[in-house]
Amino acid sequence: MRRTGWYLGVLAVLVAFLLPATACAQSGELEIFSWWAGDEGPALEALIEHYESLYPNVRVINATVTGGAGVNAKAVLKTRMLGGDPPDTFQVHAGQELIGTWVLADRMEDLTFLYEEEGWYDVLPEDLIKLLSTDEGIWSVAVNIHRSNVMYYIPENLEKWGVSVPTTWDEFFEIAPKLQAQGVVPLSVGENWSVIHLWESVALSVLGPDKWEALWTGELAWTSPEVVATWELLDRIMEYTNPDFASLTWQQATDMVVDGEAAFNIMGDWASGYMSTTLGLKPGVDFGWAPSPGTEGIFMMLADSFGLPKGAPNREATIAWLRTVGSREGQDIFNPLKGSISARLDSDLSRYDAYGQSVARDWQTNRIVGSLQHGVVANERFMNDFATTVMEMFLTTRDPVITSNAAHAVALQAGIGL
Amino acid sequence: METSLVRAHREGASSMRTGKDRLIAGLMLAPSLILLGIFVYGFIGQTVYVSLTDWGRGASLALQPEITFVGLENYRQLFTGILDVRFRQDLVNMVFFSLIFVVACLGMGLFLATLLDRPLKGEGFFRTVFLLPMALSFVVTGTIWRWMLQPRGGVNVLPTLVGLPRLEFLWTTSRQRVLQFNWQAVPQGLILLAAVVLILLGVRAWRRGTRRKALLLGLPGLVAGAYVLLVGRGVNWSGLPFPETHGFNLALIGIIIAATWQMSGYTMALYLAGLRGIPEELREAAQVDGASRLQIYRYVELPLLKPITLSAVVVLGHIALKIFDLIFAMSGPDNAMTSVPAILMYLTTFRGNQFAKGAAIATLLLLLVSLLIIPYMVSTLRKGDEA
Repeated sequence: MRRTGWYLGVLAVLVAFLLPATACAQSGELEIFSWWAGDEGPALEALIEHYESLYPNVRVINATVTGGAGVNAKAVLKTRMLGGDPPDTFQVHAGQELIGTWVLADRMEDLTFLYEEEGWYDVLPEDLIKLLSTDEGIWSVAVNIHRSNVMYYIPENLEKWGVSVPTTWDEFFEIAPKLQAQGVVPLSVGENWSVIHLWESVALSVLGPDKWEALWTGELAWTSPEVVATWELLDRIMEYTNPDFASLTWQQATDMVVDGEAAFNIMGDWASGYMSTTLGLKPGVDFGWAPSPGTEGIFMMLADSFGLPKGAPNREATIAWLRTVGSREGQDIFNPLKGSISARLDSDLSRYDAYGQSVARDWQTNRIVGSLQHGVVANERFMNDFATTVMEMFLTTRDPVITSNAAHAVALQAGIGL
Repeated sequence: METSLVRAHREGASSMRTGKDRLIAGLMLAPSLILLGIFVYGFIGQTVYVSLTDWGRGASLALQPEITFVGLENYRQLFTGILDVRFRQDLVNMVFFSLIFVVACLGMGLFLATLLDRPLKGEGFFRTVFLLPMALSFVVTGTIWRWMLQPRGGVNVLPTLVGLPRLEFLWTTSRQRVLQFNWQAVPQGLILLAAVVLILLGVRAWRRGTRRKALLLGLPGLVAGAYVLLVGRGVNWSGLPFPETHGFNLALIGIIIAATWQMSGYTMALYLAGLRGIPEELREAAQVDGASRLQIYRYVELPLLKPITLSAVVVLGHIALKIFDLIFAMSGPDNAMTSVPAILMYLTTFRGNQFAKGAAIATLLLLLVSLLIIPYMVSTLRKGDEA
């Protein structure tokens, strides 16, 4: 009898301890680490507002580290993770940038349970889930989708110059001299990383989606003739670009098209957000777009995503955040403001502008592949060496074979396709 | 008798006081010494250790990353690996940048100080104007000059104001390169340079009559120089299998202009203080001897400014060797034409996750800076002891 009383006492104490823990499951603080400030800040703030209306007991800490397209934020994140002080969740490019760094290091939790509970397998494209997963699980929730292989132009200008939008690079080479004769730069390019961005569109047109994927699984060698051909083609294209490209930001390269100095520019669809929001142009009327030459029917995607780091201080609130991020409502709040589209196939297209609707339609029907420059298909070591070494070798020597050999060596060192 | 007693007493007291003083001083210094020991020297040691490992392979950011000791492998790769051409180019950039930047700052500073040393109306105003850029951070300077050196605007369109054609120079991104050399010849070049310096020092010692010293310096110099010229001709000592061209990238000119703009005010202040510190009697004595203004400047003032030049070289030199923020702000992370090892270190470590190689670059940078700082510190400490 006395024993039972003692057990009851212990039980009471335990319950007393556990009760607040379950009741406050979605409370406390949630630290969201990202590099979204400036133009992209309002989108994140709107999403956080939506989250706070769903979980009013959680206080969200919006930790941003700006600058360098995320370079600085990633450096801060790495020192924090190494120091054993992970944020509850952090922004990371979906795919190998997350997998090669954080999943490989066993710092992330598998999110398969969340995908099953929320039914995301049914509303997300299979190609996307493949890019977010390894054999061991799914590692992040994509909050947005951007397209990398888009070519922009001003329809009115093209009419004036008497050219039409090229659908292949051969067509581009036909019209390029005509443009140059009128004092127009056929294709505007920006600093180093936009050349990599251009290369991935060019390579996709030469290789096609299957071989592009084979490049990242190691089935297609970097020294194979097809890959050398991508550099040969890029070398030819660079003849028709602005010589001061290395001094320009991507916005300035876009400005060249808008100002009528250049005919085309290949950039991700944040350029559309820049033109419609910052410059006030009307999509479809004042500026036009098409898949970059030779990539019709292929959607080269990149995505920002959030994951669940092991040891997140407030795991429950983080899971709630991931549910919000992946929800139809959450995605349709965030993406129209960010200038991207929802990863879900069931999003409410009426909330997007003409450009977003066109991209969303392609997202539902096109073949999906991942971008190199924006972290989907290769790990960070490869990306870094590709920028510092391979692209630099190409720009210095303009030799396709030397460049391919360097890329091959970098891929071996970085363990691509192993 | 009495006086010696008093003296003994006094000495005892004073030695007791110094003993106690020392204890207190030691206690007061201990916290900062311990903090310095851990956070400066401890971490330098940690960095050197990391540079001797392979941290950066596979799961480098795991809680317990697998790290093995690989000796000098990272350093070998940096100097002889074909893929690490960017490091060698950055090193060459750093050398050219440091040399030109220091010389330009000294020249500008001396010129401005000489002008301001005249009795001049509004001297305080000009001094402030020239000194003010130093109050800015390098990031601000970099952003301003990035705008001004944009190929499509700024400095390039200045000539159009007076009716001349606009400039086309790509200030920070030009791929033009002068003073080209093959990296494989660098070991021979460095040995020859050392030999020439040794021989020159030997000749100077000979002239001063210290024969022994002259031979000790000159003979090794002669031997090394002869060895390089006779044996080292056409031989590849660099360990680099293929020829590799480096040189002075003209794109660096933009960076040098911005850096000189920021720091020459500082050398001006140093030189101005030096000029003001020269006793008037010396100038008057020279005047009495019939020296012209120019001769006074050349033979009295300039020689007396030598110690200032030395400290300015050390201060500017270590700024140049460690420069990061100015270039990062002016041309971003991936503009290899103007990159320096400090930027590559940041990218290798935090973007490429190759912590060991980043640490190796950091260690090399530290070595280079200490090459400059340590001789200076030793010479100042020795002078302090003599005084």
